[in-house]
Amino acid sequence: MATRLVEVQNLKKWFPIKGGVFGATIASVKAVDEVSFFINQGETLSLVGESGSGKTTTGRTMLKLLQPTGGKIIYKGKDITNLTPNQMRPLRRNMQIMFQDPYGSLNPRMPVGDIIQEPLDVHSIGTRKERRQAVATMMETVGLRPEYEKRYPHEFSGGQRQRIGVARALVINPELLVLDEPISALDVSIQSQIINLLQELQQRLDLTYLFIAHDLAVVRHMSDRVAVMYLGKIVETAENDELFDHPLHPYTQALLSAVPVPDPEVKRERIILQGDVPSPVNPPSGCHFRTRCPYAMPICKEQEPLVIEVAPGHTAACHLLTKK
Amino acid sequence: MAEKAIEAKKKGQKKSSEDYTYVGMVFHRLTRHKLAMVGAFMLIFILLFVFVGPLIWRANPNTQIEGLGGLFNPASRAHPLGTDDYGRDVLARMFFGGRISLFIGFISAISSTLVGALVGLVAGYYGGWSDNILMRFTDAMLSIPTFPLLIALASVLGKGVWQIILVIVVFGWMTDARLVRGLVLSLKEQEYVEAARAIGASANRIMWRHLFPNTLAVLIVSTTIGIGGAIIYEASISFLGFGVQAPFASWGNMLQNAQQFIWNSPRLIIYPGLAIFMTVLGFNFFGDGLRDAIDPKLKL
Repeated sequence: MATRLVEVQNLKKWFPIKGGVFGATIASVKAVDEVSFFINQGETLSLVGESGSGKTTTGRTMLKLLQPTGGKIIYKGKDITNLTPNQMRPLRRNMQIMFQDPYGSLNPRMPVGDIIQEPLDVHSIGTRKERRQAVATMMETVGLRPEYEKRYPHEFSGGQRQRIGVARALVINPELLVLDEPISALDVSIQSQIINLLQELQQRLDLTYLFIAHDLAVVRHMSDRVAVMYLGKIVETAENDELFDHPLHPYTQALLSAVPVPDPEVKRERIILQGDVPSPVNPPSGCHFRTRCPYAMPICKEQEPLVIEVAPGHTAACHLLTKK
Repeated sequence: MAEKAIEAKKKGQKKSSEDYTYVGMVFHRLTRHKLAMVGAFMLIFILLFVFVGPLIWRANPNTQIEGLGGLFNPASRAHPLGTDDYGRDVLARMFFGGRISLFIGFISAISSTLVGALVGLVAGYYGGWSDNILMRFTDAMLSIPTFPLLIALASVLGKGVWQIILVIVVFGWMTDARLVRGLVLSLKEQEYVEAARAIGASANRIMWRHLFPNTLAVLIVSTTIGIGGAIIYEASISFLGFGVQAPFASWGNMLQNAQQFIWNSPRLIIYPGLAIFMTVLGFNFFGDGLRDAIDPKLKL
């Protein structure tokens, strides 16, 4: 059995809304609400869901870039939930993140070589010469010419900048890499380049990915397992093919039916969801999805559905499944 | 004809590729800014006057001509700008007074910008109660009427160049602190700051390696304009008699000295007054242009 690299149990991240005369907390945005999942060593877990479902917040909270409101984060069997930033520092070598925005994620006043070298500086790895060498090697690995190290980020294209982002994340040999929509801001032709690069690097460096995305075609191509998020909760988790072939949760089914099929002959049922995602400040009672669910029943309003294991490795949270 | 047009276009492109670096781009825009160029020429003139002038006109600014005949001389070949009430060469005093005024202007503007940047960085980055304390302190400093306190301070600290600089810095860092705090509040939400945190960078490193360099453009503009302000400040302090002390000249104390003779020898007030006017105007024009060149959208 594969070893678990990281496990998240009932993770919560609520953002307080301050108001009133004394700045008291009057409500909370429940961006991530009781989320549990695990990632095995060397695999890719994809986190999908529409905008505002809490995918990004989950990724950042897992890395402790945001302090969780509740729940547990277990990294290699060690509870890291309540570590201070200073205690986290040595662990940051092993877990890195790559960002969505190729423009905002690189300091515009820093030469690219310095940007990539910074993790080595922070963790005092190697001598100055070794660091320079590591940067040059890394730049070559991600397909950038090492001569470019003196250039500034604005001199690169979006795809090249994402390569710089990859290089910065990988230069200290992390085990876990959170990919926060790494391709959403790129042209389609560049997207495939970056995806191929990420897959190649994963095999070569034995990396573990948490891949956050909303492009389901890419998710199917990339992942070993997929978790579907809706309004701060994971509604379904399964192996890649299992999820795409036998989606159980109505939300997953609706999501998958929105993926275009490149064969005009194929007729299939389109599930079109009505309305908008409810506010995470005040989510619906019971099942969060019931307001838009085509199969909503009275019980959905009263009880929150439990996560049940339908098949080995395939879990979902829906009352339809409990009834059977 | 067509070939010529293509040739010209190529030339234009070559020009723009030279401007590709940030500094090159700023410089290019600066040279197109008319007011900035007027300011730059005024400043170059003043700097040449103050630093090259004494090499050409080697009179001692503190030598007094003995006898009544040496006082209040009008312009002559021996004294191009005449002599003052002690019979000292006014041109030489203008040179050396200018050096002191510019020195005080530069040092105090740069120091107050640095102090302000430090306060602004800490307040903006940490936020919360440290932000509150630092910013309320800034507000309190801004609400202090400067001149009465200045006179009190001068009597405590004593009089001299470094004391003036200290006073100008103590009363001059607040606007920069507010400016930097505001910038940092928006910069710290940028993803590259989060990336630095994900790497494990310390707060110090994030502040000085990531946030500070990104406020630098604004700080340079603010310092440039601040130099003009500091020179006026020095002149005011010296004018009140708490600044640079005789026999050393500064444009401010030359003004102060000359006010008693304003009806008899108005030129003694016109020369240093004009020099201060030109310098401050030059720095303001240049700073304005620099702001437009660095970021046309910037509000300062």
